[in-house]
Amino acid sequence: MTAVVVDGPAAGAVAGPAPGPTSGLVSGAARVARGAGLGRYVAGRVAQALVVLWAAWTATFAILWLLPSDPLALLLSANNVEVDSLSPAELAAAQARYGLDQPVLVQYGRMLGDALHGDLGVSITKNVPVTQLLAERLPGTLQLSGLAVLLALAGGLTVAWLAAWVRWRPAKVLLSRLPSAGVAFPSFWVGLLLIQVFAFTLGWFPSTGDEGPAALVLPAVTMAIPTSAVFAQVLTRSLEDTLAQPWITTARATGLSRAGAQARHALRNAALPTLTILGLLVGGTVTGAIVTETVFARQGVGMLAQEAVLSQDVPVVQAVVVLAAAAFVLVNLLVDLLYPLLDPRISHAVRTPAARTPAARTSSPRTSAARTRRRPS
Amino acid sequence: MTLALTRPAPAVASGDEGLLTDGPDGPDGDEGRRRGRRRPLEGRAARRATTARLLLRRPGFLVALAFVVLVVVSALAPGLFTSADPYATAPIDKLLPPGPGHPFGTDELGRDLFSRVLHGGLLTVQAVGLALVLALVVGLTLGVVAGFVGGWVDAVVMRAVDVLLAIPGLLLALAIVTAIGYGTVPVAVAVGIGIVPGFARTTRAEVLRVRTLPYVEAARTGGASWGRVLLRHVLPNSWGPVAVLAVLDLGAAVIAVAALSFLGFGAAPPAAEWGTLISTGRSYLVTSPWLSLLPGVFVGLLVLGLNHVARTLEEVQR
Repeated sequence: MTAVVVDGPAAGAVAGPAPGPTSGLVSGAARVARGAGLGRYVAGRVAQALVVLWAAWTATFAILWLLPSDPLALLLSANNVEVDSLSPAELAAAQARYGLDQPVLVQYGRMLGDALHGDLGVSITKNVPVTQLLAERLPGTLQLSGLAVLLALAGGLTVAWLAAWVRWRPAKVLLSRLPSAGVAFPSFWVGLLLIQVFAFTLGWFPSTGDEGPAALVLPAVTMAIPTSAVFAQVLTRSLEDTLAQPWITTARATGLSRAGAQARHALRNAALPTLTILGLLVGGTVTGAIVTETVFARQGVGMLAQEAVLSQDVPVVQAVVVLAAAAFVLVNLLVDLLYPLLDPRISHAVRTPAARTPAARTSSPRTSAARTRRRPS
Repeated sequence: MTLALTRPAPAVASGDEGLLTDGPDGPDGDEGRRRGRRRPLEGRAARRATTARLLLRRPGFLVALAFVVLVVVSALAPGLFTSADPYATAPIDKLLPPGPGHPFGTDELGRDLFSRVLHGGLLTVQAVGLALVLALVVGLTLGVVAGFVGGWVDAVVMRAVDVLLAIPGLLLALAIVTAIGYGTVPVAVAVGIGIVPGFARTTRAEVLRVRTLPYVEAARTGGASWGRVLLRHVLPNSWGPVAVLAVLDLGAAVIAVAALSFLGFGAAPPAAEWGTLISTGRSYLVTSPWLSLLPGVFVGLLVLGLNHVARTLEEVQR
């Protein structure tokens, strides 16, 4: 998906938002293909997302069920049972209970079938269906992640906007370097710092727990800082590239103020490439949730993941990993489908030989962000 | 923060980059063919000298590099910087604030925190080093094979890499840690596997670019085997971006190792990685905030330095 944005013909020759001069960039074939092939394109992308999801499930299955030398010992130790203490008959019974006496492929097929029917297994330590656990924990995490993504977008946009707009050199350098610090400091440490300052010293917010909206603020800020830093870095670079384009000079020549030109002409074009890192933002909030919920003692999916790994609760770990992959795949799919609507110059229906198609379209936001950054200005 | 401020403004920097933008490989390859054997070596040396001069002109880069080197040295030989035993408990001196005797204060058992940070650095440096070596070896191999062999091998390898990319890094690491257990080495393996996809992708892209260049064709025409072309021509010329990515990923790897040890999957006590130090200090956050916050500042400055070095290298290289 993302490669089309960065490597595509339009990205190199980003023109003004007006459709007139840009339509020439889209070849006639592309326009025809956009009409006729859209349905097929959408179906193809959805199918591809499902394949990636299946592959992610398979990868976690391989890691969690094939990598350990003795999965049974892992499962039993979660229940504080030593393998050595069992008689051969008990051992066989335990193996049969977890289905470990069957060939790997049979286990794989059975678990995949169950997963497709919405049965993600039973938590070993809690003896509760995993889906029920997820359903209990998910709303809190969704609230937190949603707020964090909003804060990250607002913060990143503000910093990038100011970095491009401010002219006083020290302030400009400070603003453009601020995101580096945001990425560098580990988020669990940032969380502790926020607790120390805003909960213990100032007493504005509760330090831990998940009671009420006030408890949401500090963890959301903690999660937002690294993501907004990445967002700000990409947007700053993109804004600077865009502001150097001739149509900005034209806009300024027509009497538009710097802020006006930046808002009405530069930002809209510069913001488009940052769409491609939306998947990264979501991935960041999912991993951020693990650490943040642990720091703030919030009963969410992230905390569930941490507990599950500590108690080696394999089905829960597998479910959380697949859930995160699903969120990531879903967001990337949405971005893929929305992109042609937001930027009509780009048509996904056309496959150029240069756009290493399948590889490029499932490419990571990280590499595509890197590619955006490396784009010669 | 000070590191960030001392760096010259980006606008100035981009002027410097202009000197090098005519490509590191192209002219060299042409020269090599036209003027015989000695010229390209001199050209390469001259280019290195130019790069070095560009780097020296950036004080921020030097400060960042110096700090990173200092941290690595202090991790490998903590005795040079502190004489305190990281495991010697002294209940009388517990929870002392930072002061002359104890630069970072003492923890709940009276152990010197500065010494514990430096000794914890060794574990972190080991874990990060192992993760990076693993990622480099696996990632380079996958990338070179995919880019060089092409066809269905390329397709299979890159699909596998894409799938790994679809799982957020820390969660992938958690799954691996669940499967293979806790400790410094499992954490390193988990973090290393998490950064393999980036290396594989970058290497593949570079190999694809380099293998179509005229000098590769010339070498093939001259009778060199594919293996030789790969080792002598493709790999050395694909290195640059991969090396930069390696330095960039160092910072990410430090954070990932710290996060995993913070979550409690690192080395067993009394040894403590940085994340573990921060995590144990949490219980005393109200009364002794330095226990958590100072090791974190240390980690943050290190990552800031590493990222700055990587980005400067990336800019100068272009």
